[in-house]
Amino acid sequence: MKVSIYRYNPETDREPSMKEYEVDTQGKDLMVLDILALVKEQDSSMSYRRSCREGVCGSDGMNINGKNGLACITPLSQVAPGVLEGKKPLILRPLPGLPVIRDLVVDMGMFYNQYEKVQPFLQNTSPAPAIERLQTPEDRAKLDGLYECILCACCSTSCPSFWWNPDKFLGPAALLQSYRFLADSRDTATEERLSKLDDPFSLFRCHGIMNCVSVCPKGLNPTRAIGHIRSMLLERGI
Amino acid sequence: MSIRTITFDAIVVGGGGAGMRASLQMAQSGFKTALISKVFPTRSHTVSAQGGITCAIASADPNDDWRWHMYDTVKGSDYIGDQDAIEYMCNVGPEAVFELDHMGLPFSRTEEGRIYQRPFGGQSKNFGEGGQAARTCAAADRTGHALLHTLYQQNLKNGTQFYNEWYASELVKDDEGNVCGVIAIDIESGETVFFKAKATVFATGGAGRIYASTTNALINTGDGVGMALRAGLPVQDIEMWQFHPTGIAGAGTLVTEGCRGEGGYLINKDGERFMERYAPNAKDLASRDVVARSMMMEILDGRGAGPDGDHVFLKLDHLGEEVLHSRLPGICELAITFAQTDPVKEPIPVVPTCHYMMGGIPTNVHGQAIKLSGGHEGEEQFVNGLFAVGEVACVSVHGANRLGGNSLLDLVVFGRAAGLYIEDQLRQGMTQYEPTDANIDEAMARLRRWDESTSGESIPALRKELQSVMQNHFGVFRKGDLMAEGVAKLADLRERIGKAHLDDKSKPFNTARIEALELENLLEVAEATAIAAEGRTESRGAHSRYDFPDRDDENWLCHSIFDPKAKKLGKRDVNFKPKTVDTFQPKARTY
Repeated sequence: MKVSIYRYNPETDREPSMKEYEVDTQGKDLMVLDILALVKEQDSSMSYRRSCREGVCGSDGMNINGKNGLACITPLSQVAPGVLEGKKPLILRPLPGLPVIRDLVVDMGMFYNQYEKVQPFLQNTSPAPAIERLQTPEDRAKLDGLYECILCACCSTSCPSFWWNPDKFLGPAALLQSYRFLADSRDTATEERLSKLDDPFSLFRCHGIMNCVSVCPKGLNPTRAIGHIRSMLLERGI
Repeated sequence: MSIRTITFDAIVVGGGGAGMRASLQMAQSGFKTALISKVFPTRSHTVSAQGGITCAIASADPNDDWRWHMYDTVKGSDYIGDQDAIEYMCNVGPEAVFELDHMGLPFSRTEEGRIYQRPFGGQSKNFGEGGQAARTCAAADRTGHALLHTLYQQNLKNGTQFYNEWYASELVKDDEGNVCGVIAIDIESGETVFFKAKATVFATGGAGRIYASTTNALINTGDGVGMALRAGLPVQDIEMWQFHPTGIAGAGTLVTEGCRGEGGYLINKDGERFMERYAPNAKDLASRDVVARSMMMEILDGRGAGPDGDHVFLKLDHLGEEVLHSRLPGICELAITFAQTDPVKEPIPVVPTCHYMMGGIPTNVHGQAIKLSGGHEGEEQFVNGLFAVGEVACVSVHGANRLGGNSLLDLVVFGRAAGLYIEDQLRQGMTQYEPTDANIDEAMARLRRWDESTSGESIPALRKELQSVMQNHFGVFRKGDLMAEGVAKLADLRERIGKAHLDDKSKPFNTARIEALELENLLEVAEATAIAAEGRTESRGAHSRYDFPDRDDENWLCHSIFDPKAKKLGKRDVNFKPKTVDTFQPKARTY
């Protein structure tokens, strides 16, 4: 099958280009990450990130035939009709909207900055008990769909609002994490967290486009989390 | 040779659970600490831990006792776990786990609001007399992910200085062998830097990638063990590799023991629940070495499933959709993705798969690295300036076989312990050993070797060959002549890897260079494993030999020590002197 990969090495290339490779899959429905490994055997200079190869570490987010996803859990059959059969090429590009360091490797700095801005750690000023802080199963259930985020950046880099304002709009990943702590019954910094979000950009640049939901490889729903924060901000304003 | 030097009080190499627990402790102390990680920390392999962290927090059973956990762990280790270290881990454990909750780890909960605990293999109440215990604290089946992210978040809060996507390539020692720091490469720019520190903490994780089939992440290449061995330092019990009973057949991805804790069980091709024959009491919750061997015996006896009869099944559908989706959601995802199987409807094809390195750099409970004066024999000495925690270390709490859920406890307890000890030592005034230019130059030698290579074999092909040697010669069942052949093949590979070729020598984000350096670490771990496995002439825990089928307490109730300089295997005493409880005496190990 044909694979077309975005190539750019700042040391030698004046501008990026797409490079074509021919890979023998023996007809198997391999994962996109397996294809990358086969390409790297042919051309060791092609760089990409990878670690767990099972969809939990978030290293190998990339743009696969136009849609952001994790290479390690995207089988060829799910990329687009005809790719598995070799009728259409597999097209791999770096995540959009972030500076490219080399080939499929992007500079995640802006993405991590926004994550850090939401103070993504539990805050509780009361003295800790000798055992765990108790939490009902119902309260714990509120964290489901939030804590599972793997920081792969597929969502934020598919979000037009983040493309326009990556420094001022926090983006879906950071906002999902913001709500993860707002929703945690053990966290007491609700007011401080909300006041930091109450400006025209941090949260309110979300226009409900929902690209984040359609690309999230973990099936999470940042738009819904953003909606919950909006409601909290509104209630607080009343 | 002059390169940039960055100086800290302490550096931690590795951003998994152990490394970040250590760095968190030191960041809170105010000493100048850096964490160097070859991946962004939440991409470390701790993220893949599923089932939980075993600890007697007395939630599922209000009468639970850390001493029962200690008994299980000693028995699980097949009696070569150090009892002082196991005592420390099980006793301090609850405090370390409650801290994780206070940091925000989203544990699953009981109706009382306490941390949810599930049964895991090898667990008992009342020193093996009270039946199955439920002692593994869980955040659904994503406990490692929850733990790793929580630790990263706390490190952010406490201002740890991160060097993410920096690759430590070599230890720097002075002429007396004292550790002065490491050489590391900034992967993004390609710059090479000397990190100088009074304390160097290795938290580099395991090396499951020495095998062709492993649950381990692609980054688990034994970098810490490789650096230690090249520096002439010994490793302990490195022949002890855990094969996890339930890796997804073909893909190798892990399916947590928690599945069996929640009531799942293994069946052969005839649908028989075969563990009843091998472990009549604990059945599917016998310890991992026992279950893995039983599975292999089913397969070798012709009761394996599939066209090649090469796997068995893990049956979960009887648990019902609700339990599976609430307690084991990640497993449902993984099974669908990697086995095209929905566990709600059909069993998952599984096979024993390389999972965990019980051996590693010998340390005491403070993480201080230990060597012997005569290489493989002689008196014990500390390696000044060097510490190791987590999977790369051999404290030893796992001995010849680790119990499920004990690795996460090991990480937080000993990451924390090393942090506390180093903080204390820094306050008292630790020595900064100073390397000469020649010492630094020596540590740069292998970087230069690759950069000067002009021709030779390719890295991916050599890696595949190494992995297949380990898979075929040092698997679940081992045999002297087969291992001797394997040792010879590895010697040949050492020769060829020493002449292999790095064809891309560019600087920015050159992952080919990193893979070349990792290959050399894989080779070091593989060779140490091979020689130690051939040398231990008995069967104990995960090390099972056809030619020496019995445990030999007379000769081998001890650690093995592999000296890389002489390539010789020696012995080191196991600690049988816990401080607050009576010694657990070795006895026959049945489940």
